[in-house]
Amino acid sequence: MSAMTVVLRRELAGYFATPVAYVFLVIFLVLSATFAFYLGGFFERAQADLAAFFSFHPWLYLFLVPALSMRLWAEERKSGTIELLMTLPVTLWQAVLGKFLAAWAFTALALALTFPMWLTVNYLGEPDNGAILTAYLGSLLMAGGFLAIGACISAATRNQIIAFILTVVACFGFLLAGFPLVLDLFAGWAPDALVEAVAALSFLTHYNALSRGVIEVRDLVFFALVIGVFLYANTIVLDMKKAS
Amino acid sequence: MIRTEALSRRYGPLLAVDTLSFEIAPGTVLGFLGPNGAGKSTTMKMLAGFISPSAGRALVGGHDVSREPLAVKRLIGYLPEGAPGYGEMTVAGFLGFVADLRGLRGPVRRQRLATVMDRLSLGGVATQTLETLSKGFRRRVGLAQAILHDPAILILDEPTDGLDPNQKHEVRELIREMAADKTIIISTHLLEEVDALCNRVMIIGHGRLLADDTPRRLEARSRYHNAVSLRLSDPAQLADAETALAALPGVAAVECDQQRLTVLPKDGVQILPSVAELARTAGWTLAELHLESGRLDEVFRRITMDTPA
Repeated sequence: MSAMTVVLRRELAGYFATPVAYVFLVIFLVLSATFAFYLGGFFERAQADLAAFFSFHPWLYLFLVPALSMRLWAEERKSGTIELLMTLPVTLWQAVLGKFLAAWAFTALALALTFPMWLTVNYLGEPDNGAILTAYLGSLLMAGGFLAIGACISAATRNQIIAFILTVVACFGFLLAGFPLVLDLFAGWAPDALVEAVAALSFLTHYNALSRGVIEVRDLVFFALVIGVFLYANTIVLDMKKAS
Repeated sequence: MIRTEALSRRYGPLLAVDTLSFEIAPGTVLGFLGPNGAGKSTTMKMLAGFISPSAGRALVGGHDVSREPLAVKRLIGYLPEGAPGYGEMTVAGFLGFVADLRGLRGPVRRQRLATVMDRLSLGGVATQTLETLSKGFRRRVGLAQAILHDPAILILDEPTDGLDPNQKHEVRELIREMAADKTIIISTHLLEEVDALCNRVMIIGHGRLLADDTPRRLEARSRYHNAVSLRLSDPAQLADAETALAALPGVAAVECDQQRLTVLPKDGVQILPSVAELARTAGWTLAELHLESGRLDEVFRRITMDTPA
């Protein structure tokens, strides 16, 4: 078993050793269903798809994922266990990847537990299951992007509340990067190329295509890049801040 | 086994460790002493590979800590200050986690886990979570974690801090047993611990090495070295005795602390025979008479107070 797997297993078991896992799962499942049925008008739409369900995921993640990621490193730094972990034979990357993958696996579990939605729509009609699978993939990738951002911010502080709030703000910025709310901050003074670059960072734009069942390589690459970049930043921040 | 070359560490404007160079041979039990903030923990953290030096380097078992951190970490068992652990894990789960990261497997893993649980009397709390343990137990879990892979080098940052006298005794016994085939560095504030355990003492202050010697020879630097300490049964004789002792040849000073008289010799003079002789001829009834080997706390205070900030 590699050092990364050992870290991953410990982290994942840690979720279930405290009420964190159960609170998260229950709230995620209840809210995702509630939003789909009430706000999304799942029945009223009378369409055999899960668009009403997936369209609320970005907003659910905006608050739930930071709650999951805030403790990843902040808690280790606060309790001093980071000194223990970093003096055991494990590399920075193994630790960062192990923790991130544990959190990501956990969100994957939460997502998998929404399967009754899928059963429901299959019972009621004949949906395009390929499109639904793509939407699940998109949702998982977006959660991974949020988690990587959150893990990086969590490494920069020893205070979980600060990590939570900063992550929500950062994720909100990334979600709406393609929309006037964020773009107006840049339009007018920044060169067009920069404005376009910011717009291209929009999680929502990339996710929307996937959630409609359209697999485009650039959307997959985008989320993979976001995860990679923030995990890399995570190792740098950790190396700089671990002792302070 | 361990060598540092002009090892330095800066935190912003503060120079926590200042060009520290030393060498530690196998089989050494080194006591690392110094006032709070002297740079003891920082030095240990650098040796253990937790923080990297700002300048200079540290070699552990021939490996540069900055270049080959994993090789060093495999060699070392490290107990960080305060013995941190994952609160939500059980003792058995936590030690199992460390065993996995240490690459212990199968029967070796089982045997090592059983050995350290037994050695540190953790059997009774194996299924308890770390956050429910007392300070003493938590420290023992930290020690168990450090010795789990039977490392050649042990670095223990205040291993007996917060333990009751019995637990302190147990931990010292454990360290003494392991000293036979390991290189051990312990930092401590307890001078009696150094006396009981270490065959070498390093005192540091403001990140610099102030003294490096055996506990015996450090004690010999004390002005109490070879002093004679006596207590009289009859307090009425105290004042007379003090004057008579001060008049003896070879006596530098006489200190009176409650009922106890401490006679300090001039450099290199053996005064015990003449003090004993005087006591006999003057007819004092002695409750106690002994030769002091020196007081480490006094030496420590003098060495660490003398240095300019």
